[in-house]
Amino acid sequence: MLHIVACIKQVPDTKIIKMNPKTNTMDRRTAPAILNPYDAHAVEEAVRIRDKYGGTVSVVTMGPPPAVKAIKKCIEIGADEGYLITDRRFAGADTLATSYAVTKAIEKISKIKPVDLIICGKMTIDGDTGQVGPGIARRLDIPPLTSVNKVVEVNQEEGYAVVHRKLEDGYEVVQSSLPCLFSVEKTINEVPYSPFPNMLKAARYQPHIWSVDDLEDVDIMQLGLKGSPTIVSKVWAPPKPQGGEILEGSSQDQVEKLLAVLLEKKELFQAKEGV
Amino acid sequence: MDFKDYQGVWVFIEEKDGEIPSVSLELLGAGRKLADKRGVELAGILIGENIKPLAQTVFEYGADTVYVYDQPIFKHYRTESFMKALLDCSNKHKPEIILFGATSTGKDLASAVATDLPTGLTADTTELDVEEETGLLLASRPAFGGNIMATILCKKYRPQMATVRAKVMKALPPQPGRSGKIIEESISLQEEDIRTKVLEIVKETTKKVRIDEADIIVAGGKGLGSPEGFQLVHELANTLGGAVGASRDVVEAGWIEHPHQVGQTGVTVTPKIYIAIGISGAIQHIVGMKNSGLIIAINKDSEAPIFDACHYGIVGDAFEIVPILIKQFKKALNREEVSHVREV
Repeated sequence: MLHIVACIKQVPDTKIIKMNPKTNTMDRRTAPAILNPYDAHAVEEAVRIRDKYGGTVSVVTMGPPPAVKAIKKCIEIGADEGYLITDRRFAGADTLATSYAVTKAIEKISKIKPVDLIICGKMTIDGDTGQVGPGIARRLDIPPLTSVNKVVEVNQEEGYAVVHRKLEDGYEVVQSSLPCLFSVEKTINEVPYSPFPNMLKAARYQPHIWSVDDLEDVDIMQLGLKGSPTIVSKVWAPPKPQGGEILEGSSQDQVEKLLAVLLEKKELFQAKEGV
Repeated sequence: MDFKDYQGVWVFIEEKDGEIPSVSLELLGAGRKLADKRGVELAGILIGENIKPLAQTVFEYGADTVYVYDQPIFKHYRTESFMKALLDCSNKHKPEIILFGATSTGKDLASAVATDLPTGLTADTTELDVEEETGLLLASRPAFGGNIMATILCKKYRPQMATVRAKVMKALPPQPGRSGKIIEESISLQEEDIRTKVLEIVKETTKKVRIDEADIIVAGGKGLGSPEGFQLVHELANTLGGAVGASRDVVEAGWIEHPHQVGQTGVTVTPKIYIAIGISGAIQHIVGMKNSGLIIAINKDSEAPIFDACHYGIVGDAFEIVPILIKQFKKALNREEVSHVREV
């Protein structure tokens, strides 16, 4: 029976978030916390693989206590178990320190039940890096397979998986030994509305919650801000461009002015016409 | 860690069908500036099978040195094999800075290498600078969903690493015949040491959307209200003979597929004409299109930031403006055609 671990993150909805124009910081109160949209696809893919081959899906996240809500969302999608690692000592982690902490959690989860496959979303919408997934794979010394947009086969008995990795102009079919880690594209699946029994289960579900002290062989120096080689030195709004000329007048006038501008480049359009 | 041991700026050079993609050439241009400011060498790293002949191109675009790992095991990109070569090279020759394209290969490789070294890695950089005295890399990128810019530093580790967006940096004009030092390296790595195998590479030639190659892009945003409203963008693009672009929220709402997305998490484009309709202009969008030749914005909200980034703006209702534009444009173009015929 497969044991699949999906790594997830609760993020502020950056589409809605407002910036404080004075301090150039995010006003987190303005944005609801949601399950990182890319991670929903990771969990969905884990659930599909489990449903096809049998097994268990665990989700793991690092974050503040309210991240329980994101885990519950994953239970709605169909995950079986959820693990939250939460501790002030994790705070301020960059991608390197995050991959270290999550790896420690996965090592502990794999003592409960050995892990065959780890699935991550392509990236988070607040960090936008996509670096944590491959980082976890390297720390566990398992192959990272990024840009996965189709899972062809997971063969636990013979210990391999076959996937499609998206390329700029197509895809490649790759076979990897198990265990391995996929980071999946959004296009890999569609996350359907959760079935009612899952929602009931999620409402009642209480995830496993661990602090640093619950993990094993942890080097505190590699956690959080201390374990992060990168620092944000400066946050700034880019210099405002000069701005353009606003074309005034009635719609008709505006279009006429715009047309004159466009027709200055008419060679572009004539080339097309000539084809 | 003695920082004095770490010198030089490196660029990981990608290879695609026997050629170097433009992103790697752009990085050589950006890397050259950093190396000159710091007074150090610029090196390219080539990893592949029969890849050595590409070294000449790397010199012509600005490198002083090229490190080459030319072995059959590098026929296809695989994280594990490429990572081992790059780690080998970095541990031996100790660069101060390594740059990668923010492509799927570049990001994959950089993430793995940074974890093993270990060192800091800044993703999707759009601005690069270096402190002349300390060699500290100033890597800036849109952050927090693209609402602001952040400058990221890696003060305590070397090398410093960053992935850099395509089409943001400028390649230098090539200098034919420019040469440099080739350093050939190899690692002992057997096929059975690698846990992944590329079984097949499938090229998708069918009507692939490549908005980064279009001369004209008409892009739409959430201001169009609905998938039906977004059709207006398709109509204008058809009329102008352009490609269709979109903002991130439109793609996330499912109005159009991701290959059309312009911006930080989509494609960076530099068309000759970029028309933004109903796009407010979040920083993460602006960084993806600001180098376009002529930028035109149409938006109802006169306060929309897109008006700061455009050359010409129209404050108004797209559903009124664009249909008139389509009609007038067709008329104007027909007239042009007629006069053209008469001249002949």
